[in-house]
Amino acid sequence: MLSYGIFFLILVGIYGVLVLGLNIQWGYAGMFNIGVGAFFAVGAYASAIVTTPPSAEHLGGFNLPFWVGFAIAVAVAGAIAFLIGLITLKLRSDYLAIATIGIAEIISQILRNEGWLTNGVRGITRIPRPFRGWIPGQDTLLYLGLVLVILAVVYWAAERAYRSPWGRVLRAIREDEPATLAAGKDVLQFRLQAFVLGSMLMGLAGALYAHFVNFISPEAFQPEFATFIVWVMLIAGGSGNNRGALLGALVIWGVWSGSEWLTNRLPPQWATRAGPLRILLIGILLQVILLTRSQGLLPERPPKPVLGTSPSPKQNPAG
Amino acid sequence: MGALPYPSFLRTPSRWRDQPYPSAALSRIPLSANPWHYQGKVFLGASVTQLLQLFIYGLVLGSIYALGAIGVSLTFGILRFANFAHGDLMTLGAYFGLTFVGLGWPIGVSLIPAALATVLCAVGIDQLIYRRLRREAPVILLISSFGTALILRSLVQIIWGPNNQVYRSGIQLPWRLGELRIKPDWAVILAGTALLVVALHLFLQRTRVGKAMRAMADNFELAKITGIDTERIVLWTWAIGAALACAAGVFLGMDTRLHPTMGWRLLLPIFAAAILGGIGRPYGAIAGGVVIGLAEEFSTLVINPAYKTGVAFAILVLLLIFRPTGLLGSPGGGDV
Repeated sequence: MLSYGIFFLILVGIYGVLVLGLNIQWGYAGMFNIGVGAFFAVGAYASAIVTTPPSAEHLGGFNLPFWVGFAIAVAVAGAIAFLIGLITLKLRSDYLAIATIGIAEIISQILRNEGWLTNGVRGITRIPRPFRGWIPGQDTLLYLGLVLVILAVVYWAAERAYRSPWGRVLRAIREDEPATLAAGKDVLQFRLQAFVLGSMLMGLAGALYAHFVNFISPEAFQPEFATFIVWVMLIAGGSGNNRGALLGALVIWGVWSGSEWLTNRLPPQWATRAGPLRILLIGILLQVILLTRSQGLLPERPPKPVLGTSPSPKQNPAG
Repeated sequence: MGALPYPSFLRTPSRWRDQPYPSAALSRIPLSANPWHYQGKVFLGASVTQLLQLFIYGLVLGSIYALGAIGVSLTFGILRFANFAHGDLMTLGAYFGLTFVGLGWPIGVSLIPAALATVLCAVGIDQLIYRRLRREAPVILLISSFGTALILRSLVQIIWGPNNQVYRSGIQLPWRLGELRIKPDWAVILAGTALLVVALHLFLQRTRVGKAMRAMADNFELAKITGIDTERIVLWTWAIGAALACAAGVFLGMDTRLHPTMGWRLLLPIFAAAILGGIGRPYGAIAGGVVIGLAEEFSTLVINPAYKTGVAFAILVLLLIFRPTGLLGSPGGGDV
C-alpha cells in the first residue's frame, strides 16, 4: 500500500511538471500546444540515450550520470521547441494547435522509424534509476524525493515568472495581442521564450518519467496519455493558476487511477475495453468541467495591479 | 541508382530498397495500405507508369481528404472553431458502415444508413455540448472538440474493439492496364466522391439552405441581420459535414482498413486541405484535398512514406505564413 502511494505520488509529480510546462504556454501566453506528448517523449528519449549503458540497438548509450541526462533532455526539448516555435508561433492559437498535431505526428513517426536512434517500436531498456543501492530497497522513495524537489523548484520558478514583468507581458499577449504590440513589446520574442521554456519543462518531465519506469517505447507516448490527460489536468485545475495546475494533476491522476480500480471490477469479457472506458470517463469529465466550471477548480488570480495609490516616478512599465 | 547527383540524405537507403519497411510490419497499422506503393523503391528514374500510378493513388487519397475537408471548412467557417473531432467522426462513420456491411448489405447501400447515423451523432453532440459553449471563446470549443474526439474514439474501441477490421476479407484482384494496376475500389471511391461533390454543389447553389450556408460562411453578422435562422443553418452544417465525413471514413476503410485511430491520423491533412482552399469555402476544400493527396503521394518518391504527414505539415505552415487566406481564398482580409 505504501509502495503504491509512492508510485502514485511520483507520477503525480511528473505530471505536475508537465502541467506546469503547459500552463506557461497556454495558461500564461495562450498558446495552444497539442504536441505535449512529443516534447515529453523527446526528453525521455534524450535522457535515455545519454544515460544507458552502451548498446548496439540504438544510438549510444553513453553511460553518463542521470543529471547529465536531465540537462540534455531539457536542452534537446528546448532546442526542438525553438526551431518549431520559429516557424509556427506567428500563427494564431487555433492554427498553432493544428500545426502542433503535425509536429507530434512527425516526432512519433521518427521514434518509430529511426531505429538507429531509438530502436524503433522495441524501445529503449535498462534506463538507470538514480540512487539505486544508496539505501537498499528504498530507491523509489529516494526518487520520490528527487521528483518532489524538482517539482518544488519548478513551481517556485513558475510562480516567480508569473508575477514578474515577463509574466505580465505574456498575460497581456494572451488577452490582447494587438494592444501588447502597440505597447512596444516584441510579441513573437515573448511567445517564443514561453514556448521554449514550457517545452523544456515537458522534456524534463520526460526524463523523470524515463528514469522512473526504466523502459520507454513509442507506445508510452500516445496522445491519450501524454497530451490529452495533461490538458484535462490543466483545464480542471484552472489554467493560468500554478497551484490549480498541480491540484489538477493530483485530482485527475487520482480519478484516472481510481477508474482502474473500477474497471478491475468489470466482468472479464470487458477486460479489453477497460482502457477506452477510462479515457471515455476522462473525456466526459472534461466536457462537464467546460460546461459547468470552465475556469477550473482554482481560477486564475492575477496579482492586483498597483494603480493610482502613490504615483511613484520609479514605477517602470512591464518588461 | 549508383552515382546519382543527389545528396545522400535524399537518396533511398538500401535497407528500404530491397525489403518492405520493417516499421510497416511492426507498427499497429500499415503506413500505407496501398499494396502497390513503391515504398521508396523508386526514386529517380521513376517511369511514366510509376508516376501515373502515384497520380492515381494521389487522387484516391485526395478524394478522401476532400470529403473530410469540406466538413472541417464549413464548421470552421460557420461555427468559427477548428473541430478536432472531425477525424473521429470519420472513424465513427466508417464503423457504422461496418455494422451495416455485417448485416450483409452491400457497401454502397450501407453508406446511406451509416451517414444518417453519423449525422444524428454530430447533431446530438452539437446540441448536447457545443450549443452551450457557443458564447465562449472559440478556443474553448476547440478544447471541447478535442475531448469529443477522445470520447468518440474510445466509444468506437468499446463497441467495435481495438483491432484492425475490414469490410471485405480476401484480396481484390487489380485491373491491369499495361504496367498500371488499379484496384476496383479506387474507381468506386473516385466515382462516389464525384457523385457527392455534384450533390453538394447542387445543394449549395440551388437550395435556400445551401445559399444561407454560403452566406454565413462568407459573413456571419451580415447573414444574421438578413434574417437567416442561424441555429437551423448550424444544424445543417453539422449534417452536411457529418454525412461527407462518414463517406470519407467508409472510403478510407475500403481503401485500407478500419482502425479506431484511422480518422485522427487524417486530421492534419484535412485541416491543411481546408486551409489551403480557404476556410469556409467548400469548393476550395475539394481542390485543397486533391492537392494534398497528390503532394503526399509524389513525396514518397523521395521520402519514407512514414513521413508523408510532414508534407501536409510543410504545406500548411508555409501557407499560413505566406498566404493565410488560402490559395483560393480572397487575398487580403483574414488574419493569421
